[in-house]
Amino acid sequence: MYNASDLRKNLRIMLDDEPYIVVDFQFVKPGKGQSLYRCRLRNMLSGNQMDRTFREVDTFQPADTQEKNMQYLYREGDAFHFMDNESFEQIALTGEQIGEAKNFLIENMECKVLLFRDRPIDITLPNFVDVIVTEAPPWIKGDTVSGNYKPVIVETGYKVSVPPFIEQGQKIRIDTRTGEYLTRVKE
Amino acid sequence: MSADRKLEARRRALETRADILHATRAFFLSRDYLEVETPCRIPAPLPESHIDAVPSGTWWLQPSPELCMKRMLAAGFRRIFQVSKCWRGGERGTRHLPEFTLLEWYRAGCDYRGLMPECEELFQYVSEALGIGSRMRFQGRAIDLATPWERLTVDQAFERYASVSLKRALKEDRFEEILALEIEPRLGDPTPTLLHDYPLAFGSLARRSRTHPELAERFEIYIGGLELANGFSELTDAEEQRRRFERENEIRASRGRPSWPMPGKFLEAIPRMPESAGIALGVDRMVMLFADAASIDDVVAFAPEEL
Repeated sequence: MYNASDLRKNLRIMLDDEPYIVVDFQFVKPGKGQSLYRCRLRNMLSGNQMDRTFREVDTFQPADTQEKNMQYLYREGDAFHFMDNESFEQIALTGEQIGEAKNFLIENMECKVLLFRDRPIDITLPNFVDVIVTEAPPWIKGDTVSGNYKPVIVETGYKVSVPPFIEQGQKIRIDTRTGEYLTRVKE
Repeated sequence: MSADRKLEARRRALETRADILHATRAFFLSRDYLEVETPCRIPAPLPESHIDAVPSGTWWLQPSPELCMKRMLAAGFRRIFQVSKCWRGGERGTRHLPEFTLLEWYRAGCDYRGLMPECEELFQYVSEALGIGSRMRFQGRAIDLATPWERLTVDQAFERYASVSLKRALKEDRFEEILALEIEPRLGDPTPTLLHDYPLAFGSLARRSRTHPELAERFEIYIGGLELANGFSELTDAEEQRRRFERENEIRASRGRPSWPMPGKFLEAIPRMPESAGIALGVDRMVMLFADAASIDDVVAFAPEEL
């Protein structure tokens, strides 16, 4: 069980029998008064956000969720299929549930799938993924006018800015949390 | 950002902080106040329902220096001020640090209303010393420190800004919630607000109003939505003080917090206390105001997470 003083960003709690994640958090305390905990919460099922203020006497159950290691298999329309590494059971998430992560999903990739009472609701990618550049404008030596970075497209269809020396067919590393280019990967 | 760069980014705010401390001392010394230092580590903190003192061995780190300073008042020190470090467990946010700096001053022969003009003058003095003048900006809001500041009773503030009346908020135990979320953000803009006359239950160490016995003679300073200071006419009735402390301890117990030993020597000194008023001002918040800082972290060299 959590107390209000445990509230912080990214904490997952149950409210009205649904799982919520704290996306924004503010500690408020009027002069000598009781502490108040202002939270913006996202419903992990519907994605809807709401603001709630809790008091120091409020308590919560942790969100009834569990994470499982799974392998991404393939995409079929809007369904993204994964396989449980232990039970070999297959599940699917929708594009909406996957969100931004679809920019970095590569077949056979290991990721963590979040389940709410055995129902998949979200995924967490590894922090870094290596992807192949499929489309890149050629590197014009001495081109200083266009600035330091140029846009390229990687195998997942994601568009990212990279240094000018990156060429088509090369592998690059992307930070999935920021969506930014990190380095060229030499094989 | 590296730790060094973070500190470097705070250089201006830290310079403002030093200037504010310097000007504050000059202000009080010019008014015949004696600067005092009382121990930070004390055997019995003030029993307050919503403040958690931090244990230090079998004693505690002071949540405020008021008990010792009031004993000095009782002993005949008529004008004293102190800048000291204070600790309050579990208080952490953009306006709270568990270790912070408090300015407290006490004056004999004065009540809470008598302190109000002194607060106005302190802020003007500091702002002049910083070369700012009376007009300034705080977090996008235009502030004008020119006197007189707005004087608003808690009752009026509820009427003007809150979705429910003071009476109803008290009945539903939502006083602090409404005050903090609906009223405070709108106070002190553009003229600072002196919010005064709190319901008696919200002024544990304040004197009961002689004309309105349901009220405590307490006030707070708000500038640009920022709460800066809490002052009151001192309660000089030892029996009533003991009863209020016991009540605070009961509230603490009902919320699963340990009750604290009674501050015996303070209670003994109360009958000798002259009619007086005292106030505690958050120095870090004052620096936030003059440095136009969004977070209290920006006005200290190190936040606890950075140690």
